[in-house]
Amino acid sequence: MTTLTVSGVTVDLGRRRVLEDVTFTVEPGELVGLIGPNGAGKTTLLRAVLGLVPMTKGSAAVAGRPVRSDRSRIGYVPQRHQFAWEFPISVESAVMTGLTGRLGLLRWPRQAAWRAVLAAIERVGLWELRRVPVGELSGGQRQRVLVARALALEPAVLLLDEPFNGLDMTTQRVLGALFDEFAAEGRCVLMSTHDILGAFDRCSRLLLLNRVLVADAPPERLRSPEPWQRTFGVDAGSPLLRVLAVA
Amino acid sequence: MSPAEFLSDLFNPELAFLPKALAVAVMSSIVCGVVGCHVVLRGMAFIGDAVAHAVFPGLAVAFVTQGSLVVGGAAAGVVTAVLVALFSQNRRVREDAVIGVLFVAAFALGLVVMARAPGYGGSLQQFLFGSIAGIPTSDLYTVAGAGLVILAVTFFAHKELVAVSLDRETASAMGVRVFWFDLLLYVSVAFAVVISVQVIGNILVLALLVTPAATARLLTDRLAAMMVISPLLGGGGSLAGLYLSWSYDLPTGATIVLVLTALFVMAWLFAPRHGLLARRRVPVDSDRQDPAGA
Repeated sequence: MTTLTVSGVTVDLGRRRVLEDVTFTVEPGELVGLIGPNGAGKTTLLRAVLGLVPMTKGSAAVAGRPVRSDRSRIGYVPQRHQFAWEFPISVESAVMTGLTGRLGLLRWPRQAAWRAVLAAIERVGLWELRRVPVGELSGGQRQRVLVARALALEPAVLLLDEPFNGLDMTTQRVLGALFDEFAAEGRCVLMSTHDILGAFDRCSRLLLLNRVLVADAPPERLRSPEPWQRTFGVDAGSPLLRVLAVA
Repeated sequence: MSPAEFLSDLFNPELAFLPKALAVAVMSSIVCGVVGCHVVLRGMAFIGDAVAHAVFPGLAVAFVTQGSLVVGGAAAGVVTAVLVALFSQNRRVREDAVIGVLFVAAFALGLVVMARAPGYGGSLQQFLFGSIAGIPTSDLYTVAGAGLVILAVTFFAHKELVAVSLDRETASAMGVRVFWFDLLLYVSVAFAVVISVQVIGNILVLALLVTPAATARLLTDRLAAMMVISPLLGGGGSLAGLYLSWSYDLPTGATIVLVLTALFVMAWLFAPRHGLLARRRVPVDSDRQDPAGA
């Protein structure tokens, strides 16, 4: 099984301990939501899994083998502001850059690579726009480019960092349905998000994170206020708890 | 002077320095035009300027010790490139101030070294502002060889350079060695600067790196087209600039820069999609923030 296994991950940035002993798994077919307040370490956790920040302790593995041994098993969808949208590049070439690491030095994309790229573009609904410069796309279309770039690797694991940020409700729903499909195909999907209600509705399991992993359970079993209070540092009268109907 | 007279001067054996200067100017602007596309698209014009300045102490040492200018400049350029690459890895620190401090210091060091040479005033001016006289024939081959190597390197590393420019985090997550490709780009910039310095001068060389590429960016939304247009503009601008400077007895480097700048201003005004006039007619970016188009 191509399970994503994160065990005992501890990360220090400077003298600050940002993550401590975070352990969880994501099984194939799961859409797992990573939830926590700003600065809780959500993005750092994703980056640590990808090997972009060093872990003080712990490890991340896909199917029992370290992430580093074959990076193309993980597709990463970063936050939109990380990408240089003003770069003169078409949607299809931008998606092709997702295969740069796998192709390796001095190798040009062949037919199989282009097939994967075009399939990913069709999948996210950008077929008509595949030759358009990325700078002319709307926020939701840009998010789809990043998703297609990750998808072109045909990865077993997808890591999505705040994929709904700054998008309107309609776009969120369409993208969310796409992520459901990825999970239904047997991929492990892990998504950090600020949208607690959306995650409650959509995810098969929620990870509540604030430096440590406070809770790891399906949404219907997160009905007590205690883990939410610990994660978000709110008191018993908080509107968050009322909206979630856990107070 | 008519273009025909310029042509006859080019083939006049008594003016043998002229065709050599033209060849070096055109070759180095082509190389700078290609490398400059990456410089402009990454928004690293300041780093380009730093590398250009930092090459100077190497040139000065080579000049004082009567060594090869290209070798001296290249050595200083590579050291600089490594330093810039190291400083720029930590994106949390504002590296621009550090680079600013270090590379103006390097320039000052070059001036001090130059002052040790007898009769340095004239040579200094040549270094800073360029000169078409006194290019040895051997330099033609060095510039051509180095230029071909830089073009080959940027061609073969194209896919990685683009991936890193677009999104360095994700490139790194996918196993692209970001540090080494940064270094490769900075070393290419250093070499492009070194081969251009003789004709155009150390102060003005930044224009060869930035201006044609920025002009090309205004003219196209396709990277491949940009990387063809930019060296064409650079080479053409150098040819026109040298012709004008020879005809009207103007400083060559400065004339080339002004020709390139004139091209940039024209593109800025008249470019089909991104020019000022075109944008007034059609608001190209109006759909950019439109969530309904998502």
